[in-house]
Amino acid sequence: MGDAIASSGTSGGFARGRRVASLAGAAPGDRVYRVVITAFALMIPALLLLIAVAIGVAAWPALSAAGLSFITSSEWNVQAGKFGAAPAIYGTLVSSFIALVLATPLALGVAIFLSEIAPKWLRQPVAFLVDLLAAIPSVVYGLWGIFFLVPMLRDHVVPFFRDTLHLGNTPLFSGPAYGPSMLAAGVILAIMALPYISAVTREVLIAVPRSQRDAALALGATKWEMIWDAVIPYARSGIIGGVILGLGRALGETMAVTMVIGNRPEISASLLAPGYTMASLIANEFTEATSDLHLSALMAVGAVLFVITLIVNGMARWLVWRVASGPKS
Amino acid sequence: MVIKAPQEEAAREPCLTTRELSAYFGRSRVVSNVSIDFQDREVTAIIGPSGCGKSTLLRCLNRMHETLPGATTTGTVRLDGTDIYAPGADPIAVRRHVGMVFQRPTPFPTMSIRDNVAAGLKILGRGAPRGREAEGIVERALRHAGLWEEVKDRLDESAIALSGGQQQRLCIARALAIRPRVILLDEPTASLDPLSAQKVEELVYQLKQDIAVVIVTHNMQQAARVSDRTAFLLMGDLVEAAPTNTLFTAPSDPRTEAYITGRFG
Amino acid sequence: MSALRRRKAGNVFMLGLTYVAAVLATLPLLFILFHLLQKGASTLTPDFFTNMPRPVGEAGGGMSNAIVGTLILIAIAAAIGLPVGIGAGLYLAEKRGGALAMTVRYLSDVLNGLPSIVLGIFAWQFLVRPFGNFSALAGGIALGAMMIPLVTRTTEEMIRLVPNSLREAALALGYPRWRTSMSVILRTALPGIVTGALVAVARIAGETAPLLFTAFGNQFWSTTLDEPIAALPLQIFAYAISPYDEWHKQAWAGALVLIVIVLIISLAARHATRARFGSAAD
Repeated sequence: MGDAIASSGTSGGFARGRRVASLAGAAPGDRVYRVVITAFALMIPALLLLIAVAIGVAAWPALSAAGLSFITSSEWNVQAGKFGAAPAIYGTLVSSFIALVLATPLALGVAIFLSEIAPKWLRQPVAFLVDLLAAIPSVVYGLWGIFFLVPMLRDHVVPFFRDTLHLGNTPLFSGPAYGPSMLAAGVILAIMALPYISAVTREVLIAVPRSQRDAALALGATKWEMIWDAVIPYARSGIIGGVILGLGRALGETMAVTMVIGNRPEISASLLAPGYTMASLIANEFTEATSDLHLSALMAVGAVLFVITLIVNGMARWLVWRVASGPKS
Repeated sequence: MVIKAPQEEAAREPCLTTRELSAYFGRSRVVSNVSIDFQDREVTAIIGPSGCGKSTLLRCLNRMHETLPGATTTGTVRLDGTDIYAPGADPIAVRRHVGMVFQRPTPFPTMSIRDNVAAGLKILGRGAPRGREAEGIVERALRHAGLWEEVKDRLDESAIALSGGQQQRLCIARALAIRPRVILLDEPTASLDPLSAQKVEELVYQLKQDIAVVIVTHNMQQAARVSDRTAFLLMGDLVEAAPTNTLFTAPSDPRTEAYITGRFG
Repeated sequence: MSALRRRKAGNVFMLGLTYVAAVLATLPLLFILFHLLQKGASTLTPDFFTNMPRPVGEAGGGMSNAIVGTLILIAIAAAIGLPVGIGAGLYLAEKRGGALAMTVRYLSDVLNGLPSIVLGIFAWQFLVRPFGNFSALAGGIALGAMMIPLVTRTTEEMIRLVPNSLREAALALGYPRWRTSMSVILRTALPGIVTGALVAVARIAGETAPLLFTAFGNQFWSTTLDEPIAALPLQIFAYAISPYDEWHKQAWAGALVLIVIVLIISLAARHATRARFGSAAD
């Protein structure tokens, strides 16, 4: 600053401005600031690019050796150097699918309860408890899964399905039930995806305008009819977005699944049979991989997982964005 | 169009002058070729219907206009003869000589009353006044803004605990503390109750003992009460600028007359 | 009349179902917390915090190294995630609709959706493979990368809540832009940003997958950054899948400690938000 404006304020009319002599400034601060925050912002694309390139390059040997059979073949044989990731891809998709089938109605129910039905004093605590599910570390879910969920499913739930409901002869519930299974993985993933789905659903339900509700009630709808026929349709694509967001979480989940799915690279129709997911395959074999091709194959599994979650999250974002910008009537 | 100063003022030199000043948002022009002089130790009011560009014109005078996306200006604004839009001129230096107070009070919510007043001093770095000197400046700025008696016992309390009118006078004190040459007031009483507004008006009258004041207002009575000169702006054009008495009693332009007699706006 | 009665009955039934859903949804959490307390609390003596892990067969032992290791990993992650996240958040809040800002915002969401194990193998490829050994630094960086999008997102949101009039007031006082951002905008948004940072820390504190091939875990005391380091989640995992009862107990106790850490951070985050800036921010 050319003249020290404030330093000689002791005499004379306090605020009387003196003639301005110079407006020259020497503030490189703003340029530095802009460069710094731009550099920080650019780190995000750079990091993502680095991840994509690093994994792509590392995955290339295995992918080029196996070709399309990498995702179609079910033979994962480290000794023979055969790497077919189909069982892991299958397991990832099926366990996540089970999770969504279980979690979606539950999450929808909780969200409706919290946004439309619950008395005010109950909303905060219940929402807090459900949100807290998202804060529990994956490895704690796994621990709980091993020592509580898996035995409980094996000793109580599976007999109920087989004996009480007589579903033992259907392919879904055939075979021996050791405990660790696709079903256990699906259930634990459902619990883990639940808070994500219900949080998004709650938000979009709350965002539905009052007028939609009033219009339905004015037509003589019951409260449930109002919810089902006016509120839910209005929020539909947002809810689907939330479900897909939960799917994205489930697909990439590693520890809890690894601890309860049984880790066997086979495709079985039975939900009671052990399975594998892409994330748990990497988690289990990565530190033991000695050959370059094996490492490369695991990287390739990571690459496939990367691409799948990219697509799923892209879809979710698009749907949530669509509901946020209002329905096209 | 250059507005000629009346004879008796010819001897005084304006401290802030604009020539052919235009302001744009993107490609749309909101202020067109305004040439006007602002005298030292006078209050100049800018009036006009809402959307006429009066706030934008004001924001061109301390280079605040350009902080909005897509906002640009052409023409010159001279502060004591120095072009504030010259390539070497730093907008930050300009704003330290041309202070500004906004329609809504804007105390910094994380700062105490004292720190709010001193906010403009602290950023001087090594040249910043410290200790007793800073205390003195804070006190005089608050006294000048007529707020000292009301807040002297709670200088360390949060500024947002003050009433709206007090907050606005605090913002004026904050602007005064860095001793500007000119102070710009953008509808400073629009969000205040009548009593608080009156206090601010009295303060405006005080301020012109020392510096040039430019006040934007949509309230013609206010302009008539506080200003020495008034400029009437219509759709970005400066229709007329004259001593306030003249403008309100014998406007030379029929559009001014229509406006002040309430036929539009 | 009977149609109306049927509709009313359906109404009551379906509304009742949402109550059931609410109960079912809160049950897992209550079960997990109950089991953690039931199985973990008895092992949780002061020794657990001060002792090192013991070999199989020896009773007692603790996870002092893993607790310290987790804290070190969190510190490294925060040292990376906070400045980058806050800087990027500032950029996004200032540039809003710019093409680069839109791209960065989108990619930040992509990064957020990335499975943590993918970040783990990435960190291994860059920070473990070239140096030939696992390290605390590699683990901390992987966790830091996870924090970046979380911190970026909340920083941007919180800065956008700061009224633009404050920015203008600071600029009109002759504040340079950087100074406006630092002393006015960032300071006003600070409670919200602290909350976001704490939520991010809570989320990475329990992460295991990115650490498997980076921090790796360590049975011994190590605070050296270029050596493998123990971490609570890794230790819980290793003990949980072991065949020994003694270790299972340790795993439960470790999980209880981990969840208490995470819950404390989460509650602190809620508390920080409550101290949101005052009435001038309308």
